[in-house]
Amino acid sequence: METGEDRTEYIAEAVRDAAAASRALSIAGSGSKAFYGRTPTGTTLDVSSHRGIVNYAPTELILTARAGTPLAEIEAALAGQGQMLPFEPPHFGGGGTLGGAVAAGLAGPRRPFTGAVRDMVLGLRLVNGNGEVLHFGGEVMKNVAGYDLSRLNTGALGTLGVILEVTVKVLPRPETEASVRLELPAEALHGAVEGWLRQGVPVSAAVHDGEAALLRLSGTHSGVEQGLARVGGEALADAATVWADWRDHRHPFFARTDTPLWRIALPPGQQPEGLPGEAVTDWAGQQLWLRTDADTAAVRGPVTARGGHAALFAGGDRDSDVFQPLSPVLMRAHRRVKQAFDPGAILNPGRLYPE
Amino acid sequence: MAAPSRYRDEDTRFSVDRDDLITRLSAILPGEGLIVHEAGLRAYECDGLSAYRQLPLVVAVPETVEQVQAVLRLASEWDVPVVARGSGTSLSGGALPHPQGILLSLGKFNRILSVDAQRRIARVQPGVRNLAISEAAAPHGLYYAPDPSSQIACSIGGNVSENAGGVHCLKYGLTVHNVLEVTAVTIDGELVTIGSEAPDTPGYDLLALMHGSEGMLAVIVEIAVKLLPEPPTKSVLMASFDDVEHGGHAVAAIIAAGVIPGGLEMMDGPAIQAAEDFVHAGYDTGAAAILICELDGTDAEVADQLESVQALMREHGATRIQVAADDAEKARFWAGRKAAFPAVGRISPDYYCMDGTIPRHQLAHVLRRIRELSSEYGLGVVNVFHAGDGNLHPLILFDGNRPGELETAERLGGEILTLCVEVGGTVTGEHGVGMEKINEMCVQFRTAELNQFHAVKHAFDPRGLLNPGKAVPTLARCAEFGAMHVHNGELPHPELERF
Repeated sequence: METGEDRTEYIAEAVRDAAAASRALSIAGSGSKAFYGRTPTGTTLDVSSHRGIVNYAPTELILTARAGTPLAEIEAALAGQGQMLPFEPPHFGGGGTLGGAVAAGLAGPRRPFTGAVRDMVLGLRLVNGNGEVLHFGGEVMKNVAGYDLSRLNTGALGTLGVILEVTVKVLPRPETEASVRLELPAEALHGAVEGWLRQGVPVSAAVHDGEAALLRLSGTHSGVEQGLARVGGEALADAATVWADWRDHRHPFFARTDTPLWRIALPPGQQPEGLPGEAVTDWAGQQLWLRTDADTAAVRGPVTARGGHAALFAGGDRDSDVFQPLSPVLMRAHRRVKQAFDPGAILNPGRLYPE
Repeated sequence: MAAPSRYRDEDTRFSVDRDDLITRLSAILPGEGLIVHEAGLRAYECDGLSAYRQLPLVVAVPETVEQVQAVLRLASEWDVPVVARGSGTSLSGGALPHPQGILLSLGKFNRILSVDAQRRIARVQPGVRNLAISEAAAPHGLYYAPDPSSQIACSIGGNVSENAGGVHCLKYGLTVHNVLEVTAVTIDGELVTIGSEAPDTPGYDLLALMHGSEGMLAVIVEIAVKLLPEPPTKSVLMASFDDVEHGGHAVAAIIAAGVIPGGLEMMDGPAIQAAEDFVHAGYDTGAAAILICELDGTDAEVADQLESVQALMREHGATRIQVAADDAEKARFWAGRKAAFPAVGRISPDYYCMDGTIPRHQLAHVLRRIRELSSEYGLGVVNVFHAGDGNLHPLILFDGNRPGELETAERLGGEILTLCVEVGGTVTGEHGVGMEKINEMCVQFRTAELNQFHAVKHAFDPRGLLNPGKAVPTLARCAEFGAMHVHNGELPHPELERF
C-alpha cells in the first residue's frame, strides 16, 4: 500500500539550505493549528505535499504515513478495517495532518481512557536541523533500542526536527458506543467517572459543557448495555456529531474568539479555586478550557497551586509565555536538547519557548 | 580466570586515585554506605546477565537524595564514571559495573512513599520492587500494570530505565505508559522533576526520554506511577496448535476481530515441555505451540469475547482449547509461562535470552530461520513469545563450562537479532541494549542516528560519566564490528575507516 508523494529529498534539501544560510524555517502542514504556540518566525516550509499512507497492517495494529497525510484520509483508511486512531486528534477547521497532530501532541476526549498521542507513537522519520534524515523507533509495539527520540519529538512543535513520517499504534473501533447526558455538577465529574471505571463501565469520554455532563461508553454490546444501566442519564441524540464538535472546538463555548482561550491540565481529582472567566471540563476533570481576559498570573496561580499547568491555547499575546515556563534546571535541559537536534536554531525557533 | 573486559579503550579513558575517592566518598556515605573490600564488591560484579562480570572501584549505597546528589557532584568534579543499579536483574548488562567507576546502588531507596487510592497514584522510591507496588495497591482494588517476568525482584527504577514490559503490555502499555513523573539527579547533582501528575507536561517529553535511557542521562530517585482498577472479571484460556504458524494466524485473527486481550502469550514445543516438567501446569506437551490468552472486563464483556476467541482459535486450527475453571487454574495456566525462564534453566546448564521484536506476520519465517541457525550452530533454542506485541524471547541453550560455547551462543544470538532487524523489527523489545546488544545497535542504526543519540547524551552528560560504554555504541566500535559483519553485501557504516 503506497499512496501520495515522497518529498523527503525536497524537505531535507530545504533544511540544509536554510542551515547553510542560518535562515529560520516555519514548518507548515494543513495550517489547522497555525494559531497554536508562540508566533511563528521564518520562511514557511510547506510539508503538506509529502503525503500518503506508506504501510497499514491492521492485524499488527500499526499504520505508517507521511507527515502531510490528512487525518481524514488516515481515519477513512482505518475505518475501512474497523480501526481508529486511539487519541482522537482534533481536526480544527476541518483540517489537520498526521505530522501536525504528532508535532502538537493534542488529543481529543478519548485521551484519558485510551492514551495520549505520545503513547501511540512507535517510530518516526525526521529531518534534524543539520538536514539529516533520521529514523527512530519502528513499526513494532515494543522497542527499547536507543533513546526514545520518537516520543521526544511528539509535542515538540517541530522545534527538534521536521517530522517526515510517523508510525502509530492503532486500535480496533469499539463494537458499539453510546452516549448520555447527565445532570451532574462539573466538580463531581472526576469522582463519578472513577466510581464507574472501578465497576468496569467502559467510559471513553467524560466532559461537562457548563450545563450538564456528557458521557460516552465504548465497548462490547453487553459491556455498554451494562454500563448504561449503571450510569443512567438520558440518551444523547446525534452523539457522533456532538463528540466531533467537542473535539474540533465547534461547540458554542469555543465560538467566542474575542476572548483568549486557555487550556488547563490538572492532576486527577484536583480543582483550582478562584479561576477567573468561564470554563468547560474535559478528560473527566483533568482538562479545563477557560475563556478569560484575566492576566497570566490570575490563571496560572490557582492552577499551579493544584499541581497543574496552563497554556494560552488561542488568542491573547502570542509573543508571551504561551506555555507554562519551566524550572531553571528543566529549561537548561531543554535548550541543550534543542541544540542537540538543531544547533543553528532554524527549526520553528521560539514556537515553544523563547530561544 | 577473569573474562576479558567488555569495555573498549574509549570507554575506559578515566583515571582517579582510588584511595582519594574512598576518602571523599566516606565523608558523604558514613558507615555501611560505602563498600570497598573485594568480597563486598563481588556481590555487585554482575547483574542478571551473569556471563558479564566486572568489579567496580567502589560501591556507593546512599540512603538519602542528598547523598546521591553529593556522590554525583563528586563524580562530576573528579570525572568518575557512575553506574546506577536497582535490583540488578537486567538481562542486558545494563548495571554491569565500570572498572574505573562507582557502582551506585539504589537498594536502600526501597520505600513506598504513598498510595493515593482515590486518585490512583503511588509514589515510590526507585528500589521498590515492581510486585510490591501492586501488593500495596491490592487492598484498594488497584494494581500497577506492567509486570515483567522478574517482577518479584526487579525494581521500579530499573523498570523506568529499561522501559520494562511484561505480559500485559498490548492492552495496558509499557512502563512509559504507566509512569506520571520521576524525580532525578543530574550528573551535576541537581534535582529535577520530570513529568507531572497532570497530563501533557509543558515542554519536551523528557519523561518519555528517561524511559529506556539505561541510566545514561540522570539518576532516578523517586517515581509516581499510575494505578489501574482491577478488572471485575478475568478469564484465561489455553489453546494447542500442531503448527506454530497456525498459532500465529490465530493471534492475527483475534486482533483483526477487534479483541485486545489483556495477555496473549505463545510458547513453542520445547518451551512447553520445559515448563510442564517444572510446574506441572497441565500444558499440552504434544503441541507444537500453545497460546495463553487472558481476557478481562465486565462479566458480560468477557463472556462475549471468550466465545469469539474460542471460535477464532478453532477456525485457525486449534487442536485443543482449555478454559480455566477457577482462579487456581488461571494461576496454573500462567505459572508455566511465568516460570519459563527458570524452567529452561533446569534443562540446560546455561541459557542466553534474546529479546527481539518482530512484525507478527514474520513469526513463522523467523522461527523457521531460528531453527536453521540453531542446527547450524549446534545449540538448542527454546522460544517464548509475547504474541500480542511481537516480542520474541528465544532462549539459547549452552554450557558455559565448555570452552567456546558461550561465544558460540553469543554469535548465534547476534544472528537472531540481525534477523529481527532484517524483517523490520528491533534488537531489543524490553530488556535494553546495555552492554549485551551494543554491537547489534550498529546493525539497526546508521551513523547519523547514532550521532543524534550521542548528541542527546551530551546534552545531559557532556563528559559521558553516566554508564559509559553502554546502550549507544561509539562509531569506532561499529567500524570494528561492521568490519566483521557485512549484511546484504553492504557495510552498515561505509564512510568509516576499517581497522
